[in-house]
Amino acid sequence: MSDWPALEVRGITKSFPGVVALDRVSFDLRYGELHALCGENGAGKSTLIHLLAGVYPPDSGEILLDGRTVILPNPHAAAVAGIGVVFQERSLAPNLSVAENVFANRQPVRRGGRIDQPELHRRTAELLARFGLEVDPRLPVASLTAARQQMVEILKAVSLGSRVLILDEPTSSLATAEVEHLFANLRALRADGLSMIYVSHHLREVFELSDRITVLRDGRHQLTAPTGELTEDDLVRSMVGRAVTDLYGKPAAPPGEVVLAVEDAARPPDFAGVSFTLRHGEILGLAGLAGAGRTELARGLIGAEPLTAGRILLHGRPIAVRSPRQAIAHKLAYLTEDRKLQGLFLDQPLRDNLVAAALGRFSKAGLLDQPAITAYAENSRAELGIVTPSVAQRVVNLSGGNQQKVLLGLWLATEPEVLIADEPTRGVDVGARSEIYRQLRALAGRGVAILLISSDPPEVLGLSDRVLVMRAGRLVAEIPGAEATEERVVAAAAGMGERV
Amino acid sequence: MKRSLREQIERLTDRREFMLVYLIVLGGIALSFAKPEFLSRETFSAVLLSVADQSIIAVGMTILLVAGAFDLSVGSTLALTGLVAAVFAGKGYPAGVAVLMALGTGTLIGVTNGLIITELGINPFITTLGTMSLLRGLVLVISGGQNVSGLPESFTVLGQGRLLGVQAPIWVALAVVGLGHWLLSQTRFFRQSYYIGGNEKAAVLSGIDVKRMTVFHFALVGFLAALAGVVVTARHGTASTTAGQGLELKVIAAVILGGASLKGGEGTVFGAFLGTLMMAVIISSINLLGVDLNWVDCVLGAALLLAVAADMLSRGELR
Repeated sequence: MSDWPALEVRGITKSFPGVVALDRVSFDLRYGELHALCGENGAGKSTLIHLLAGVYPPDSGEILLDGRTVILPNPHAAAVAGIGVVFQERSLAPNLSVAENVFANRQPVRRGGRIDQPELHRRTAELLARFGLEVDPRLPVASLTAARQQMVEILKAVSLGSRVLILDEPTSSLATAEVEHLFANLRALRADGLSMIYVSHHLREVFELSDRITVLRDGRHQLTAPTGELTEDDLVRSMVGRAVTDLYGKPAAPPGEVVLAVEDAARPPDFAGVSFTLRHGEILGLAGLAGAGRTELARGLIGAEPLTAGRILLHGRPIAVRSPRQAIAHKLAYLTEDRKLQGLFLDQPLRDNLVAAALGRFSKAGLLDQPAITAYAENSRAELGIVTPSVAQRVVNLSGGNQQKVLLGLWLATEPEVLIADEPTRGVDVGARSEIYRQLRALAGRGVAILLISSDPPEVLGLSDRVLVMRAGRLVAEIPGAEATEERVVAAAAGMGERV
Repeated sequence: MKRSLREQIERLTDRREFMLVYLIVLGGIALSFAKPEFLSRETFSAVLLSVADQSIIAVGMTILLVAGAFDLSVGSTLALTGLVAAVFAGKGYPAGVAVLMALGTGTLIGVTNGLIITELGINPFITTLGTMSLLRGLVLVISGGQNVSGLPESFTVLGQGRLLGVQAPIWVALAVVGLGHWLLSQTRFFRQSYYIGGNEKAAVLSGIDVKRMTVFHFALVGFLAALAGVVVTARHGTASTTAGQGLELKVIAAVILGGASLKGGEGTVFGAFLGTLMMAVIISSINLLGVDLNWVDCVLGAALLLAVAADMLSRGELR
């Protein structure tokens, strides 16, 4: 093993108009190391990755590969130098085969430029076998699970001869079980001698996987330390710049009378026989593995895909919810897990997004009340702490955490009595996360009944008055908040729990 | 909220409408130097008259593009509904009945397009490509390939009459544009169209009945195409079998010139009207300057590409 690191960054500075994104940052990556890069949105992680990927050059400072200074004028140069980057956005062609994707534009050819299919598949199969991936190279990428698509993306980088691999939020679109699978593969790659930079908001992942951790804040290097020497509190304090005590807060008052009762709700094959009650001011956690039917249940309750059997009672009276429109009329709100594809109007201004589900409240005699809309938008911006230069800003320009706050504001505009929040902190940094928790607590304090769907056990345990666990389309456990432990929730979700 | 004058001016000049007004005025002034007769009341009303039918349909097409769809069958709908009106008027029915039959037919065509799209799930492009051809065929079958003329004056007055010295089609077009702009920009009902065009899935979850709105949008376009059909037929005193041929693409081009996008979620009726006018001014200039008229399509195509590229450039979206 050499004396110098696989990759080193020395005193890198990068400014954009009006902001110093990286300020004299130094950082090193050892051979065969998995190094986590942490920080809030805007801390400079993404700028650093883009510099290493050759997307743009630094203003000053050096990048060294194998102890030698390299200049990376464009992404191609970075790839040739041996730096592979897997960005959050997939770069795969879904309708082409695994093999065609891994060897995109480098397919072995016969005379005349015809692609040598047998050779292409042989090489891909070899690569897949090396990392223990049982995938037919002939299958179209679209037919694979998200985790396997992610692996194809990584193998593509590896097959390019990358010695340093940069992974940007590789688990953001993966379900829990898939994450484990990905981790096993990453460990195999590390054992193979690959050096990796791992960017993630998920502190648990960082602690589970990494050898060392580096934290950036406001473009400056904060700390680099072996993972074993840090606690989660250390890490959060370093990222946020202050101690975040009591991230989840405490309930203001015990839950009141039953607001929503669900009896034998079903929509086969996704879920069946689901019964539960939700109380005034209660936060009811709904835990489970991805694919357990929680999102489907939520969509059933709000009529996006209406229930085929069972009853919904609001304040003891049965209500019919055959469409989201009716759900809104009954003061039921659903915060989707997929804010970009299903929740927000990305190209529309912030203010128009905030009133999308409550136009009635913001119009008089059928005409839009523009001053009222602007006033509500300004108010939400202040109350939810949405960071934006103006409420006329298009939502697509906001960070994930701010987008999530806009989504929350969109549904608060409907003045809900029942709020179903589906993965409300997915892909959101610690700062925005604590803000969203504070909002949920405040809503519960005002009497809103909240059903919290989350795949993050600490989040469910930290916020919930009671925890329901769903598995394979059925509720398999109901655990009072005081007795809920991570072990019990995880065991029930995996099928080792008690029956209700 | 108070805004500084500077901000207000910037906000105004930021818009596609401003660019179009500027270009139209500038073009008009330049042209009036070359050909002083351009700045006459006659030219002015001739330009407006020539695009009355397009302006009327552009209102519906704008709303459709805002909602992320478009309709290729409007030209054929115009021809068929014009024919329906002519047949009824020619057979001695009162003009009112002829008009109602035409408008009803157009609305029904729109509803059918909408239902095919929402209930069968065939996309707007294929659906309206199909009905475009189907309806044009029906025109030929019903008319036997012959134009229908000899219409009573009670009907043709709708296209040839004047009020305060201005031809009826111009009044109809201006009224539709004015009302359409107000409805799309001010009402809660039409704001739903922007949400649908912005993100259809999110619109559904936000309680918007996307299917019903889609059918309504197509019905509105069908209705307006029929209104244009009536106006054109009355103006010429003839229902022509080739009426409105190629009109659909001209209208879509004008609406996009006016600031709408094929992605949906943006666009205004006023912008679309200016886009239509812009194209008319170009044609009229070519005419007045004595340039070979065969150049018209080339110039219009280039103008569309230039305008969209310039707009994307100003927003930093051009690659």
